[in-house]
Amino acid sequence: MAVLTEEQSMLRDAARTWTQEKSPVSAFRRMRDSGAPLGYDPAVFAEMAEMGWTGVIIPEAYGGSDFGYLSLGLILEETGRTLTASPILATALAAASALILGGTEAQKSAWLPKIAAGETVGTLAIDEGPHHRPEKVALKATRSGAGYTLSGSKTFVLEGMAADLLIVSARTSGGETDPKGISLFLVPGDAQGVNRKALKLADSRGAANISFDNVVVGADALLGAEGEGYALLEKVLDRARAGLAAEMLGSAVQAFETTLDYLKTRVQFGQVIGSFQALQHRAAKMFTDLELARSCVEAALSAIDNDSPEVAELVALAKTKVGDTLHLVSNEMVQMHGGIGMTDAHDAGLYLKRARATEATFGNQAYHRDRYARMQGF
Amino acid sequence: MPDFGAADTELEAFRAEARDWLKAHFPPSLKGKGGVMAQEGLAPGGADYEAWRKAMGEKGWGTPTWPKAYGGGGLSPEQARVLQREMNAIGAWNPIGGMGVMMFGPTLLEYGNEAQKSRHIPPIVRGELRWCQGFSEPGAGSDLASLQTKCEDKGDHWLVNGQKIWTSGAQWADWCFCLVRTDTTKKHEGISFLLIDMKTPGVETRPIRLISGNSPFCETFFTDVKVPKENLVGPLGGGWTIAKRLLQHERGGLSGAGGGRGAGGTSLTTLAKTYVGADSEGRIEDSDLRTRIAANEMEWRAFQLTALRSMAEAKSNQGPTAATSIMKNAGTRLMQERAELTLEIMGAQGLGWEGEGFSAEELAAVRGWLGGKATTIYGGSQEVQNNIISKRILGLPDPLSAS
Repeated sequence: MAVLTEEQSMLRDAARTWTQEKSPVSAFRRMRDSGAPLGYDPAVFAEMAEMGWTGVIIPEAYGGSDFGYLSLGLILEETGRTLTASPILATALAAASALILGGTEAQKSAWLPKIAAGETVGTLAIDEGPHHRPEKVALKATRSGAGYTLSGSKTFVLEGMAADLLIVSARTSGGETDPKGISLFLVPGDAQGVNRKALKLADSRGAANISFDNVVVGADALLGAEGEGYALLEKVLDRARAGLAAEMLGSAVQAFETTLDYLKTRVQFGQVIGSFQALQHRAAKMFTDLELARSCVEAALSAIDNDSPEVAELVALAKTKVGDTLHLVSNEMVQMHGGIGMTDAHDAGLYLKRARATEATFGNQAYHRDRYARMQGF
Repeated sequence: MPDFGAADTELEAFRAEARDWLKAHFPPSLKGKGGVMAQEGLAPGGADYEAWRKAMGEKGWGTPTWPKAYGGGGLSPEQARVLQREMNAIGAWNPIGGMGVMMFGPTLLEYGNEAQKSRHIPPIVRGELRWCQGFSEPGAGSDLASLQTKCEDKGDHWLVNGQKIWTSGAQWADWCFCLVRTDTTKKHEGISFLLIDMKTPGVETRPIRLISGNSPFCETFFTDVKVPKENLVGPLGGGWTIAKRLLQHERGGLSGAGGGRGAGGTSLTTLAKTYVGADSEGRIEDSDLRTRIAANEMEWRAFQLTALRSMAEAKSNQGPTAATSIMKNAGTRLMQERAELTLEIMGAQGLGWEGEGFSAEELAAVRGWLGGKATTIYGGSQEVQNNIISKRILGLPDPLSAS
């Protein structure tokens, strides 16, 4: 565990108490079974905003608390533990980071206070295929009048049904996989020509495919410099990935702890199954992996807070290590629970589905291993 | 390699016979549709399917090596392999399946009395009756022998009370082969093997919804169920020996050794080139993924070679041995890995649950991935198989022998 400030400890304790009491896994299950159209419960999200969780990385001048990324990671770890479905990652982390890092004074003033208050849900609309390839952008933005016209489509937009603000990567020049020539735009969710299709995913959260049919935006919708959006996007994505890694760590820790409890209580052959060395060693291996994963996640989040030059490689490391760990733990959760873990009534399946969805989001382990190798020059 | 030697001519004559018969009876409309059957016991249905099932049932070729006396094909293992190859060649598949064929039939042929075999084997051969397996209980999973379902001798009948779980297809089954406790003073020797008609008053089934969204298993409740005395298979208290044999048949069937590629039809490499893309030399673009696909393909090849070798080495039709535990663990692990790789290859398209935006193949991949997690749990978990390998093949001491 990283050395936390007093404020951070209080935030973590508050987050733990609230998620355990107000948003346990049973709440996520109820949300899933009710077929909630947004993929989360707006009343629950409003409570989270009320506690200030939507403003943790936002400067005080724009209505936030400016506690930093490690602090937000502590909250996300707790929501990940109970599989709480909320747009915090998409709006209060990803969209807020984009505005903080790339926004003009006017753009920040227009959007950040509303994001901090939980009134606006922002999200990134960047991928165009089944795999995370942020440099692969075909959606076109052409100059028209004083602004731009956007045409194309985006896939698997997180909180795509709820979002009021879409941060869209578009091509203003260059070839389809050229990092140069990508620009970012702030597109209001109700803009004419924005069409959403809800996706029913295994993890029951609210993603959508979104098409942009000649969507007209003003020049003030451009985030950062024209054609230079990719460098900004990478920085934004690394912040989102680090927070996602914290959420995944929480899911992995809880999946492990639930499994460990079962090893201590399930009796077969006249003894608790946790007395079998074959299972003990697998539990020990998972615990070791979780400890290593935690170090990577905390290092990545701290690096962001310290504006370290190692952010990108530490984030690639964290997303990979925690991804591999969650993959293993979620599989073992089912296997070690045996038949009961295969039933829909048990939580193991919920963790397994969340695991694969988060692994695939913003680059899976293979993507980040490759990225890490490139950054290290091999 | 199998040594055909002098039998070559005879076998070639059989090959010609099989080819002609299949040509005359297999409806081309059913070509390649056998995968549906293998998935969750679902038959495609329709007149062609019914005709094909009837033809194979009457010929006995759905159970090719079972004795002719009970309606089986009466073929030698070599002839059965020839038949399988001829079927594969034209996309034909076996319409006679299920637990009756895979597990119960072979076991009853070995342990049943004449009356039991004459009564129960022919309907299995013809694919007319479905059987389910009443073994596991909520408190008796891997430790199967701790089962509690009570069976009392009431003079002219048995009286059964208790609960079973993970009874595959119990909601559709006509009969259940069941392990019951006839003696509470002994663990293994207190277990008997009983056949229960699922229509008997007091039998109730309740489907269990799985993480895949499907319900192929049930909870089955027995409340004062009266069972005729003649439905006891083998001696009283001899059920554990029969069960162990039956479980070997189950393991052999679950390894996927006979079933080619497992669930999916399209190869991983083809899928990867579609979803991930290929480089200028035609290789899968993501080299990390490519390496892992290669590793799985190579392991799969090794697994298939092992299946072939063990078939070739089996001199007589002695049935499964402890080595089937190796095949079950290797086969199920490989199929689970393939399912994980398929999902990764499909990326976000491999996360769909239902509705628009996903192809039928993508949705099937997700459900198959989830459903396949059960394969290392049922039929003796991977841990139980490792115990069997350690004890029975490697001769390592059993730390549980006291229990």
